Amino acid sequence: MATLHPKLSDEHSQTVVSSTKSVKIKIKRSNPNVNSEERFDDFVVPIEKWTTVLDVLLDVKSHLDHSVGVRYSCRQASCGSCGMKINGKPALACFTKISELNSDTVTVEPMDNFPVVRDLAVSFERMINNHKKVMPYVIRDDSEIDPESGMREFLQSPENVDKYIQFSSCIKCGLCNSACPTMAMDKTFVGPQALAQAYRYIADERDKGKNKRLKVIDESHGIWRCHFAGSCSQVCPKGVDPAMGIQLLRGYLLGIRD
Amino acid sequence: MERETGAREGLKGWINPGKIGKFGIERLAWLLMRLTGLGLLAYFIGHIYETSHILDGKAVWDKSLEMTQTTEGHLFLALVIGMCVFHTGNGIRLMIAQMGYGIGKAERPDYPYKPQSINMKGKACIYATLGMAALAMWYGMAVMFA
Ligand code: HEM
Ligand code: SF4
Ligand code: FES
Repeated sequence: MATLHPKLSDEHSQTVVSSTKSVKIKIKRSNPNVNSEERFDDFVVPIEKWTTVLDVLLDVKSHLDHSVGVRYSCRQASCGSCGMKINGKPALACFTKISELNSDTVTVEPMDNFPVVRDLAVSFERMINNHKKVMPYVIRDDSEIDPESGMREFLQSPENVDKYIQFSSCIKCGLCNSACPTMAMDKTFVGPQALAQAYRYIADERDKGKNKRLKVIDESHGIWRCHFAGSCSQVCPKGVDPAMGIQLLRGYLLGIRD
Repeated sequence: MERETGAREGLKGWINPGKIGKFGIERLAWLLMRLTGLGLLAYFIGHIYETSHILDGKAVWDKSLEMTQTTEGHLFLALVIGMCVFHTGNGIRLMIAQMGYGIGKAERPDYPYKPQSINMKGKACIYATLGMAALAMWYGMAVMFA
């Protein structure tokens, strides 16, 4: 068996691992498949400086109540699964530390403007459908697979990449759609998530699908429903700034940009 | 299949003042734009009705003018002035922003991601518009109550 270097094993961690602090977490519970009842369940969980809201929820699930419904996967703000309302504002549970909330009580609810599946998990079906509607891929008649020479690349300049790279960071977490006041009134609105993606592909020099996409968003529940309240951009955890994408996108339809 | 619970937040999604604290002055501007737009529309319809009294002769016309010659009437008109100024000023800001000007330039985002479209230029415009609306209301009242 390998033994630790004596010097190293003498060392002690400076970090206090045993918690002295705790947080009260209020979790909104509901199961629309069974009945329309909604309630808050409270749990008290020990926390450290680095504990995230997702850590707390998983602690509750492991030790206090296994039945809490929460969706997550990557735990590092990459998969977009764990969006929820934390103290009233949409945020990623894995990307929000309890310590930054400056509150002894943390309330978590499912995101607004999405149908609830159970507890904190919401259905993304409509958002993903809208995302698909804007054709989130490079549209071209030719292909990167060339029958004569084999493979080739559709080249683009670094300057062109800068134009859309910000929008390609979208992780489809839906926080923007849940913050949007238009979405709150109009569930058929295409939404900031999909509109930002429409811009992402239109701004890509390799793409030839501009007119097709503009046709999709230039309809009564499309881009014109955006009133630039900017709330989508306030909550986006990846710096996508959907509100900017939407206003730039309008430029194509208004004939300012081509 | 899940039911439609929470599929849209409804009216409380925009009237709820808690949202403004969470989503910033831009959200307040959005709400005021809507309220002043609807307020002006209501005023516009009322105004057509009021001025149509001119067809009923001088006596009726004079009487209808008296409606706003009261303290409440003056305060109401001051509110209309405020709504006009805010709606126009903010409308101009929105038209410029919605054409893609003053909302920053797309670039590689860096942590901590700050949305460029929500910037000091826009905020300054909103505060200036609110200030101008207040000033116009104050001036209007100074004239009406003189
Ligand atoms: C110079 C004067 C005006 C300007 C520059 C202006 C500008 C605008 C703009 C740009 C919008 C769209 C805002 C957005 O995208 O959310 C808007 C909305 C609106 N305006 Fe005006 N407007 C003016 C006068 C009026 C008047 C006189 C009325 C009423 C008779 C009015 C009623 C409305 C209404 C009801 C809305 C819809 C509000 C909403 O959907 O949130 N506007 N205005
Ligand atoms: S634009 Fe931002 S907030 Fe909206 S889905 Fe993409 S990553 Fe989430
Ligand atoms: S768990 Fe993947 S984004 Fe939070």
